Amino acid sequence: MTALIFFIFAGIAVLCGVSLVVQTHPIASALSLIGVMGSLALLYLQLGGEFIAAAQLIVYAGAIMVLFVFVIMLLNAGAEGVSRQVSAMARYAGILLLASFLGLISFIIQAALPKTEGVVFGAFQGGTAEAIGRKLFTVYLLPFEVTSVLILIAILGAIVLARKEV
Amino acid sequence: MNFLILSLIKAAVVAFVLLTALAYLQWIERKVIGHIQLRVGPYRVGPHGLLQPLADVVKLITKEGVMPSNVNRFFYLLAPFIAVVLALISIAVIPFGPQITVGPVTTWMQLTDVNIGILLVLGISSVGVYGVALGGWASNNKYSLLGGLRSSAQMISYELPLALAVAAPLLLANTLSFRAMVAQQSGYWLGFIPRWNVFPEILGFSVFLIAGFAETNRVPFDLPEAENELVAGFHTEYSSMSFAAFFMAEYANMVTVTAVATLLFLGGWQPPFPEPYSDFIPILVFAFGGLIALFHGLQPARRKDKYTFPAVAVVFFGIAALFGLSLFVPMLKAALMALFWFCGKVGLLLFLFIWVRGTLPRFRYDQLMRFAWIVLFPLAMVNLLVTGLVVALTSK
Repeated sequence: MTALIFFIFAGIAVLCGVSLVVQTHPIASALSLIGVMGSLALLYLQLGGEFIAAAQLIVYAGAIMVLFVFVIMLLNAGAEGVSRQVSAMARYAGILLLASFLGLISFIIQAALPKTEGVVFGAFQGGTAEAIGRKLFTVYLLPFEVTSVLILIAILGAIVLARKEV
Repeated sequence: MNFLILSLIKAAVVAFVLLTALAYLQWIERKVIGHIQLRVGPYRVGPHGLLQPLADVVKLITKEGVMPSNVNRFFYLLAPFIAVVLALISIAVIPFGPQITVGPVTTWMQLTDVNIGILLVLGISSVGVYGVALGGWASNNKYSLLGGLRSSAQMISYELPLALAVAAPLLLANTLSFRAMVAQQSGYWLGFIPRWNVFPEILGFSVFLIAGFAETNRVPFDLPEAENELVAGFHTEYSSMSFAAFFMAEYANMVTVTAVATLLFLGGWQPPFPEPYSDFIPILVFAFGGLIALFHGLQPARRKDKYTFPAVAVVFFGIAALFGLSLFVPMLKAALMALFWFCGKVGLLLFLFIWVRGTLPRFRYDQLMRFAWIVLFPLAMVNLLVTGLVVALTSK
């Protein structure tokens, strides 16, 4: 059952990812990206990372992508035309080459990495908001604070750039 | 019992009740707005227009779904689907009452309790804007596009104060699960003031409600569908069931926001009075309602009132009797009392939504944005900081 759900959403994520690249219209690409993020959130949930799943949904699929879509709509960007002629042979050979290249890379990675046990769904329990909060404020306090300072700087930069000249 | 079968039954019951309630919420809204404006509201279909929702559904289903030329077909059809599905999903994590026992089965009056319940609701509501934004964009209409853009900007802006207002009671409750939040609000200060979060968090509650009005695109923040500027905003080009989907999504979002407000601030299904007194309130309320109906039935203003009002009175007395009976059946009592208080609080908040719609004018767009960023956001921030300070000082 868990394996079935995993393959369904992993499949959706991969399909959306391919569609993100293939689509000619920016809105369609943005929506595909939302599809990728949504299915990733469900995969996190399956692995026991409830908080990460919710954060993924709220921050990425919600806030960030709404801004993307907003900007695309505001600029009213249309579909981009196919600019240059690509021969049919190059296209089909390209797909074949890409597939074998990815296969090669995954084989190398698999061979290089040390052998580990497979992931067991439901085995990991430390993904609750409480556990993550404790980790953030004890073990990872310095990176957490540094990140927040970084974000603060980014906000200040945005304000300075957007401010009206007085 | 089998988990799957039980879940399916619960889901079917909740879906049926929710969809019926949404249809009748619209009837109630039209009635209340009508009376505020000294009209009678829907009156023709059924006694006092009670069958109006049914007629509306039949009308919307049988209407022709017009698709304008040059729309982006796929997204045009996808948008209402996204809007309504995401609006209806949230109800799955909302609890309506405590654990109850029906025959051999013991179960919670909730579809599923996830330990990130409130985060899930926030996440789904933040994704829900795509339905409106896409619908406005795909319609190939400048008014729709403006409506969609306004809606996205508005929802991004008001999500911040909303989330900050939610965070303050979470600090008090120290949990993200709705059940535990309601449990934390049980009991009474001095024996009679309920320990609801609304009393220490009155500021947070106000911010949450105001941001909730904006998140559901309701008056005074219904800029996305401002009819005097944008025809009908993002759903200008929609007709038939795709229009109904947007409509249903708006009402479902209202129910979600009010239910979350009830659970976070108003103690969920906890009664406002201590135990023995609170048991008699539902009986009194329904019996009083029945008496009013009977009184009007005995002095009929119109001829058919002679029959309709006594019928209503009988229904009300029946419900009162049911609550009376439940005092002697503990199994029934747990479920009925919880449902009464939960639905009562949600209903009052929904009434507030409708009341505001009948009272307040619409904001201007710049006022809307300024209000979110200059008033609501700092207020919510200060509220969160003060709450955090108090919790940090008092907890040990």
